Amino acid sequence: MSPTLIILRLTLSEASRRKIVLAAIVVGLGFLLVYSIGFHIILTNVNANTIGNLDNAAGALTVARQEGHSFLLLAGLYAITFLSIAMGALLAADALAGEISSGTVQSIVTKPVRRSDIVLGKWLGFAVLLALYQLLMGGGVILSVWLQSGYTAPNLLAGVCLIYLEALLIMTVALVCSSRFTALATGTVVFGLYGLAFIGGWVEQFGSFIQNQTAVYVGVVSSLILPSESLWRRASYEMESPLSGVLGMSPFGTISVPSVLMIVYAGVYIVIALLLALRIFSRRDL
Amino acid sequence: MTEPCAIEAQELRKVFGDNVAVKGLTLQVQQGEVFGFLGPNGAGKTTSIKMLLSLIAPTAGQAMLLGVPLNESERIRSVRARVGFLPEHFHFHDWLTAAEFLEFHGELYGMPSAALHQRVSELLELVGLTAFRDKQLRTFSKGMLQRIGLAQALLNRPDLVFLDEPTSGLDPVGRRLVRDIIHDLRRQGTCVFLNSHLLSEIEVTCDRVAFIKHGEVVRITELKQLNETQSSVTIRATGLTPEIAAGLSRWGRDIQLDGSTLAMAVASEAVLPEITRFLVAQGAEIYAITPQRLSLEDLFIQTVGTEGVL
Repeated sequence: MSPTLIILRLTLSEASRRKIVLAAIVVGLGFLLVYSIGFHIILTNVNANTIGNLDNAAGALTVARQEGHSFLLLAGLYAITFLSIAMGALLAADALAGEISSGTVQSIVTKPVRRSDIVLGKWLGFAVLLALYQLLMGGGVILSVWLQSGYTAPNLLAGVCLIYLEALLIMTVALVCSSRFTALATGTVVFGLYGLAFIGGWVEQFGSFIQNQTAVYVGVVSSLILPSESLWRRASYEMESPLSGVLGMSPFGTISVPSVLMIVYAGVYIVIALLLALRIFSRRDL
Repeated sequence: MTEPCAIEAQELRKVFGDNVAVKGLTLQVQQGEVFGFLGPNGAGKTTSIKMLLSLIAPTAGQAMLLGVPLNESERIRSVRARVGFLPEHFHFHDWLTAAEFLEFHGELYGMPSAALHQRVSELLELVGLTAFRDKQLRTFSKGMLQRIGLAQALLNRPDLVFLDEPTSGLDPVGRRLVRDIIHDLRRQGTCVFLNSHLLSEIEVTCDRVAFIKHGEVVRITELKQLNETQSSVTIRATGLTPEIAAGLSRWGRDIQLDGSTLAMAVASEAVLPEITRFLVAQGAEIYAITPQRLSLEDLFIQTVGTEGVL
């Protein structure tokens, strides 16, 4: 087995032995349960009210219901996006920094392996874990909505992939920081950058709404610093209902849509960040 | 072609900011040799080992491991398949069981799985942990962890093994075990680079010892030589007089007479029978003649001094 795969396997078994997987599943199921109950209550409440007040226009009723479903689905996926990026940041923050500070890394890098094998193996391991998490949580929300209402959003696969890409992005950035800083410093930097991109995204939205070029510019620059919020906005643009797409009024809707180029940029960003992590870890004193 | 040295370092230097950790390490360690690395705390011993193992990059200087220069990273990587290492303050993935831990490290060495399984059982037996093979390392005592760490360093039957403070945390039984393992390694022709602050341990296990102070080697001594050279002798006898003591000066120096006890330094133990005959001829009643070799500790204090020793 190649050293990268050995480290990948170690990363997965560590996540399972140290109860990270179990914790994610138990808490994740709790989230899905609360979400489903909430969705159910809103659904029955809205149905009762709208049927009482709006018994004439069947077409309007369908549209209103669909908008409600779309809104609730996107709200669920938005929460999951945040949980995924938090998961990615937490997994990767301790990955290299923790092994360096505890010294476990010393007996590993002195074996006939490349240091890059270690970084790559861990990155792949986290990528697998995040994919499973995405499958459980994203899949759970989508399934819950579909089972209760029969609603599915357009471009679900593209949307879910973009959310996954965002989690990968944050995880990779955390891995870069973790190759140089402590786990705590890594967490501080990564969440700080995420916050910057988040608020930058809203500044851009608002700027686009009031047609202020400076605000849009600030948003674009913050997206270039970390394209996380752009990926979410593109994901929600892909999955929003056609009507809110036209109106652009939903809190999860997007006025200023990140271009495909921004997605490519995010992909390149991940590759460069990973190469940077490999390089930093390969050169540093341990 | 002659066999390359196990370790050959030329003016290896490491500076952290303003702090010179290793000033210029120059030494040669032959294959099959048990080499002790001695020095006070903070003398740069661990930093030197880390440089030799490419854990940290030297600021200047060059070194070769089993004939391969450290800066040829691809070749040095394959050389590491022949090297074992027990780090100081050894840490590990404590959620693994003892057997899983050794298998993981064996896989990193690229060992085929059938051979690895057998080697893991062998090593668990060697370090006395067979009964704990399926126990997670988090349940291990410090001594047990040190033993499993030692097993990890021997997985690949290395040609060269670095042991950084291998007996720290071990009880006397564990220390004896480490000593026995080092003797076995020497018999098998494995070169052992032993970093220890326990002088007695170095004294009984090593062929040669380097004294390091302020980041440079100040002296390299063969321990066999140490045993054969300078010693002192303590004589307990009645009837000793200052005249008799003065008469002994032809065989040694630093003669001190204190009642019935006389101590003196002699050039070699070969003079002891003559001294005995002389004392008997002078009418002294001898109760004991105890030769004392110059211990490694004496040599250590002589070489390194007491300053900076914590």
